[in-house]
Amino acid sequence: MSMPFYVAPEQVMKDRADYARKGIAKGRSLCAVSYDDGILFAAENTSSTLRKISEIYDRIAFAGVGRYSEFDQLRVAGVRHADMKGYAYSREDVDAQSLANAYAQMLNHTFTHEMKPMEVEILVAEIGDERAGDELFHILYDGSVVDEDRFSVLGGEADAITARLDESWAEDLDLGAALRAAVGALAGDDRALGADDLEIAVLARSNGRRKFARIEREALTALLG
Amino acid sequence: MTLPFFTPDVDPGPDFAGLLRRQGRDPETRIADAASHPLTIMHGTTVVAIRTAGGVVMAGDRRATSGNLISHRSMEKVFPADRFSGVAIAGAAGPAMEMVRLFQLQLEHYEKVEGHHLSLEGKANQLSQMVRAHLPAAMQGMVVVPLFAGYDLQRGVGRLFEFDVTGGRYEELHHAATGSGSLHAGTVVKIGYRAEMDPSDAVDLAIRALFEAADDDSATGGPDLVRGIFPIVAVIDADGYRRLEDDEIRRRFEGLLGDLSPSNTQGSADGGARPDQEIER
Repeated sequence: MSMPFYVAPEQVMKDRADYARKGIAKGRSLCAVSYDDGILFAAENTSSTLRKISEIYDRIAFAGVGRYSEFDQLRVAGVRHADMKGYAYSREDVDAQSLANAYAQMLNHTFTHEMKPMEVEILVAEIGDERAGDELFHILYDGSVVDEDRFSVLGGEADAITARLDESWAEDLDLGAALRAAVGALAGDDRALGADDLEIAVLARSNGRRKFARIEREALTALLG
Repeated sequence: MTLPFFTPDVDPGPDFAGLLRRQGRDPETRIADAASHPLTIMHGTTVVAIRTAGGVVMAGDRRATSGNLISHRSMEKVFPADRFSGVAIAGAAGPAMEMVRLFQLQLEHYEKVEGHHLSLEGKANQLSQMVRAHLPAAMQGMVVVPLFAGYDLQRGVGRLFEFDVTGGRYEELHHAATGSGSLHAGTVVKIGYRAEMDPSDAVDLAIRALFEAADDDSATGGPDLVRGIFPIVAVIDADGYRRLEDDEIRRRFEGLLGDLSPSNTQGSADGGARPDQEIER
């Protein structure tokens, strides 16, 4: 029996993390911004069918960057998790935190035990009845979870976008202002993003039971002004 | 609860019932013993649906009975299935409620997983499969017979479907009724129905049909003015499913009762007639 070469665990983890980060950096970034009526999601996405942002449950939305097939698999698992939980208990018992924990476990397991880590970074967001009840869980490829406030940025250019949002974000922005802040931060100074380059959705308190809604082309063009 | 993750060969896709089965939560009613004694269980009764210009009206009474007793006075039998469709049920209350709950989830689950709605036809077929799966329980006396109606976004019309216990699915072009009072209610609708009815007239017709059914069928509940319980009436059109307010149903009932009062129908001078109605006549 041949013995495999010894590789230090630090090295293994580092190689995997580098691999995952490289995969994530290939795609475009995405951000979620808290505004007066809920949470706005903005992604740079030229496809109108391969979505990065989607509905999980009444108050919960999902967003992912990186390899599409992988985060879409996670999205479907999240919908299943939430629907099963709502069916077994009640709709009120479905919450973002338990879903974020389930994702974290899953990603952590894949990161340490599988051949290849998932090249994804995901966001699980939930809105409460008040702004104080809003939650943003940012989950990385290795299963680490960050609980964020105000806004959350995912993807390769996260640092630059975060810096821009730090400047433009303010408490109680309305929908239009939040949208322009988010899109401005994604675009940077050298270019402009139009309705065709964007995928925009909201979790809005003023919506009915299902708070998730997409802002489609016409409405989006009007809001971008 | 762990994250439900599947390898491609066993993935249930957008089928919520399939997912439940895979996770060991069989959603169907299983019959333990075919020779068991029939139980006295709660039954829900009369529901009607009428096709109108641009949509459908659905209505159901509120009574549930166990044998010859009234077991519940404010049961709901008309539900939104999703934004553009509704489902109304008659039969064994427990399994019927569960069927509606599962059906609603099934449609929402499909929509979320796939990213778009099922077609109206697809929704009706889903319900048909659920009724068929329930057949063993129906054979034991737990019959569930739903009505399904909705606005077909592709065709731009209202459509309605009737079912039988075997899961048979029948599209009706004009109106449908099911439940113990369906003979009376159906007859009233049949006589009052006109093609391309105005939705408001169809609401009045549905209310009248339920009133007449309650008049002749002990298992159907009439308007309860003492407790303020009225039938549930929903309108489904291009704007989606909308349940009418109780106050509106009360007003419409009062109008109907005015029309039906003895002085109006028989013209007898019993002193109960209201002067304004006398003048109108």
